[in-house]
Amino acid sequence: MKKITFTCAAALSMIILSSCGASGNDEIVLRIANSEEYIDYGFWDDDEAIELDGGTVMGERPMINDFEDWFYEQYGKKVRVEYSTYGSNEEMYNMISMGDVFDMVCPSDYMIMKLMEEDALVPLSDEFFDEDIEENYYINGVSPYISKMFDFLRINDESIGKYSAGYMWGNMGIVYNPEGVDEEDTAHWEMLNDPKYFKRVTMKDGVRDSYIVAANILNRELIESGEFLNREDYYGALTDVLNDTSQETVDKIESVLTDMRNNCYSLENDSGKADIITGKVLANMQWSGDAVYTILECEEEGVTLCYRVPEEGSNLWFDGWVMMKDGLSGDPDKQLAAEAFINFLSRPDNVVRNMCWIGYTSAISGGDDPLIGEYLEYCYGAEDECEEDELTDYDISYFFGEEYILETTEDMAKGVLFAAYPDEETLGRCVIMRDFTREENDRIMRMWTNIRCFSLW
Amino acid sequence: MNNHKSFIALPYGLFLTLFVILPFFVILYYALTDSTGAFTLVNFTHFFTNPKTMGTLVYSLLISVLTTVICLILAYPTAYILAKGGLKRSTVYLILLVVPMWINFTLRITALKEILTLLQGNIAYYPFFNTIVCMVYDYLPFMLLPIYNCLSEIGDEYGEAAMDLGADRVSTFFRVILPFSLPGIISGIMMVFLPTMTDYVILDMIYNSTYIMGSLIGSYFSSYDWNNGSMISVVLLSLIMMVNLAADWVIKKRG
Repeated sequence: MKKITFTCAAALSMIILSSCGASGNDEIVLRIANSEEYIDYGFWDDDEAIELDGGTVMGERPMINDFEDWFYEQYGKKVRVEYSTYGSNEEMYNMISMGDVFDMVCPSDYMIMKLMEEDALVPLSDEFFDEDIEENYYINGVSPYISKMFDFLRINDESIGKYSAGYMWGNMGIVYNPEGVDEEDTAHWEMLNDPKYFKRVTMKDGVRDSYIVAANILNRELIESGEFLNREDYYGALTDVLNDTSQETVDKIESVLTDMRNNCYSLENDSGKADIITGKVLANMQWSGDAVYTILECEEEGVTLCYRVPEEGSNLWFDGWVMMKDGLSGDPDKQLAAEAFINFLSRPDNVVRNMCWIGYTSAISGGDDPLIGEYLEYCYGAEDECEEDELTDYDISYFFGEEYILETTEDMAKGVLFAAYPDEETLGRCVIMRDFTREENDRIMRMWTNIRCFSLW
Repeated sequence: MNNHKSFIALPYGLFLTLFVILPFFVILYYALTDSTGAFTLVNFTHFFTNPKTMGTLVYSLLISVLTTVICLILAYPTAYILAKGGLKRSTVYLILLVVPMWINFTLRITALKEILTLLQGNIAYYPFFNTIVCMVYDYLPFMLLPIYNCLSEIGDEYGEAAMDLGADRVSTFFRVILPFSLPGIISGIMMVFLPTMTDYVILDMIYNSTYIMGSLIGSYFSSYDWNNGSMISVVLLSLIMMVNLAADWVIKKRG
């Protein structure tokens, strides 16, 4: 018995001592949760270094470690990042609801709005938006298009830009093999329901992704009509139409998706990339970032793939960093470290590192720093040996906020480059999917279960 | 002495309480309540009156029964030959049949998908057939091993005695060997029938993500509907219980 008492006492004192130790020194602990594989993990091989005019970009060590060192140099304070990952926005939300505490997370647009509505976020400070501070890479480098969208997306009269800093963004479209698919067919999402491509196309195994595609098919006639296109509030009206979740609409969407599922080769979130590369299917419903990956992989096999955002409309998404009220709990040091982290990620060389490693498109255009433009040229610029008639000018000025026209090849303008940086006109018909209420969510989930079940009667 | 023995059983008792009995009651609690925590049977009545969920149940059963029957048909003769055929290197053959189990099963299904594509062109044309093929491929060793073990424990003297008493080969097999190997068959059936009802990975990969019981549980839990997810778990548990009782009954009747 004595022995047990002694062990307990020893264990107890260890716990007390160690907790004293933690609060005793000045180390700031920053608890960050992010999607899986959504930041440069480092350890690049030497031949993976990117040589640009503005310098060589190389991910020797994980970005997180680089941040810790940079923060110490910059602010003279030690920061330790506790980094964890989650599989989806819903999983992250579940983790928080179950009692996990984070200082920073990186959710998508609709989840940011949900967290804002629940008053779970801390607004970014005034200093963070001060353009005169040199280390404020975010405000000095964020693309004007992204800040416009972050101001446009509002909840309870507050823009999401007040609470979140853009990280990556993208849209949804169709990756297709022009060898087997008529280009005309890819103009509409209905292609996925077309018996002509019976069991040769794939769709997403995610209810939000598939829902908005079905909503486009369902409302095609309306949203493509001249009257609708010329509406003054076209963009808002399009958002409303594609986000409609009344029981009547959900029932109609159920039948569209049932047809689609029967027509599709598989419902996938990952295998579609391999299936189009190996030629099992001709087209994927695909996120733009994965489209870039698929097209580049196929290029190595000598197969050219294209990416298209159908003409009626599509889905647009943004991921942004937010600071959690529960985590920060009013600690100014933590907020300083959190905002510094966003700025560090927004430094042009780090933007290039992340874009290269993750494969998605960053929300940062770099402001006065030309490095990101150079990186685009490095990735998508036309090579010298190209024939004159294969070349085309690709305008991404809307993203850079100043004239930026890239000389590229036809293939890239229809493929990787278009997936990574869609043109302004295309973005005009891509809308955000908003957060659904509990009741709407139940309705949609029931529909999603229904389309995958075998019906007995 | 007795005291000592029960002391040894303590860790197991603890394990049983923490990871089997307690979770069971948690599942039962969720299955019998609604999202506000009030007692209700609605989860169950909804399940048994909804054509989609009942369809999933029937479909899962169909896949399970078919897989089990085919596995049994393939495994029994193989096990019999390996155990009784007097082959020179029967253990080597047995190991060869079991070796695929050492490789991760999603990897094996991915490989099988490629082979089937080679044979059929587009595997999505025959999803049901391919699902059964993959299921059988995956679960065959689980049927084979118990039957083999059981058969190899039956001494040759039983067969010889039956022959001496005038039984021909066929009736020796059906009246002596088969009844003796029944426990092996039953444990083989249990090892195949029950997991195939919930093995949704194969359907996700081969059959357009069509739902079986396992995926239905997953879908409810991922939309935070713990009550309905637990309800389906209870339905599955009762099914498993019934199969167990039936197996016990068969063995008792024979024994």
